[in-house]
Amino acid sequence: MRTRLTTAAALAAVLVTSGCGAAADAPAKGSGASAKANTSKVTVLAAASLTESFDKIGVLFEGLNPGVDVTFSYGGSSGLAQQITSGAPADVFAAASPATMKTVVDAGDSSGTPVTFTRNQLVIAVPKGNPKGITSLAALAKPGVKVALCAEQVPCGAAAKKALATAGAAVTPVTQEQDVKAALAKLKLGEVDAALVYRTDARSAAAEVDGVEFPESASTLNDYAIVALTNAPNPSGASAFVTFVRTPQAQQVLADAGFQKP
Amino acid sequence: MLPLAGLLIRAPWATLPQRLTEPDVLAALRLSLLTATLATGVCLLTGVPLAWLLARTTFVGRRFVRALVTVPLVLPPVVGGVALLLVFGRRGLVGEWLDSAFGITLPFTTTGVVLAEAFVAMPFLVISVEGALRSADARYEEAAATLGAGRWTAFRRVTLPLIAPGVAAGAVLCWARALGEFGATITFAGNFPGRTQTMPLAVYLALERDLDAAIVLSLVLLAVSVAILAGLRDRWLGTT
Repeated sequence: MRTRLTTAAALAAVLVTSGCGAAADAPAKGSGASAKANTSKVTVLAAASLTESFDKIGVLFEGLNPGVDVTFSYGGSSGLAQQITSGAPADVFAAASPATMKTVVDAGDSSGTPVTFTRNQLVIAVPKGNPKGITSLAALAKPGVKVALCAEQVPCGAAAKKALATAGAAVTPVTQEQDVKAALAKLKLGEVDAALVYRTDARSAAAEVDGVEFPESASTLNDYAIVALTNAPNPSGASAFVTFVRTPQAQQVLADAGFQKP
Repeated sequence: MLPLAGLLIRAPWATLPQRLTEPDVLAALRLSLLTATLATGVCLLTGVPLAWLLARTTFVGRRFVRALVTVPLVLPPVVGGVALLLVFGRRGLVGEWLDSAFGITLPFTTTGVVLAEAFVAMPFLVISVEGALRSADARYEEAAATLGAGRWTAFRRVTLPLIAPGVAAGAVLCWARALGEFGATITFAGNFPGRTQTMPLAVYLALERDLDAAIVLSLVLLAVSVAILAGLRDRWLGTT
């Protein structure tokens, strides 16, 4: 029995350690990419809310620059910033908030000054058809309305807190999610009646979700900044991508997704 | 051991006492210990009988059930959380009925945390108890039966003491796994301080803003769990 238990314990130890690191996939794809003339790789770390738009922009960029391969790693801005300051090999960083970008600049990991390339604002996401008739932030404070917000530590949660304070609405959420996509997922699954998410997120889920605009969202306008990184394995590719994101072609993709001009 | 050393070296020792007394830290720690203990209780109550069925009886599909028991080990915890939502959520198979019949909703509650932790930790208990039962000699039970003991009495007075070390080891593994649970909890029970924000969730969110705070929280969780496990091991298993 002794050996049996020991085996079980060893097995268990392996399983426990491998169990809960799913959220922090390190983007190691760009390491060792050589900037040869014909094939070069650009690794872009970008805020999760940019997922749909940057995928499209990446395809456009590759079309215009034959032989260039753009790889994206999306995630919470703060988590990505931490990966960069810990030395993750990447060429470009696009953050959903100036505060997060500042941590990378302060650590000396940015090459040049970050530029604001787009803006996003919050909407109230509700199930298709708005069954609870929610039209304002004040309606979220009503009893019987379950609300998901982002946690205050992430940009969308900080913006939500500010908007609710501006509106004077005392909303107690049932959950404070780790990022905006998680808040949206709880709404799609029907576990909550409303969630404060970015307008772009509501639009990307337009088949199941309606976005209700509210006046206080003006105070939640979020600036997105992009910068090439000091330790970029592919500096020329990095600056080309940063420039491309501000061209009318790329800006149109962002506008279609619900982003606003900077 | 190296990652542990990394945490210890990088820890902000100077501000440690002040960070430890923040109310959120204590609330998360209390919740973690409470839910992990309750989840272990749930696993003991349901897992020991299940292990007994698997080890001592034969029924159609037993191999299949045994394989099912290990599913939570294989499943990424986040997927487990989604699966729980699909069953116990407001629109879930069982959840919808619970809500309309009794007004009970499990997601976003402390009960939800316990359920998520029990789901993920259960295999550790079942597997080690089943192993203990298989290596315990069934003839003792038969002897008890010949002496007039009923099935329940034989189980309580003969089998349980025989397999006690196995049950204890299973419970310890189960508790440790429940304490560290992250994925299923944040997916099924969400994150709300004092209600569903356990230590691993607090660590993850602290990481978004303040690395030092995350390290402190991790150390607290480690220190408390190691202390409790070391204490229990001496008492239950009688090892030195």
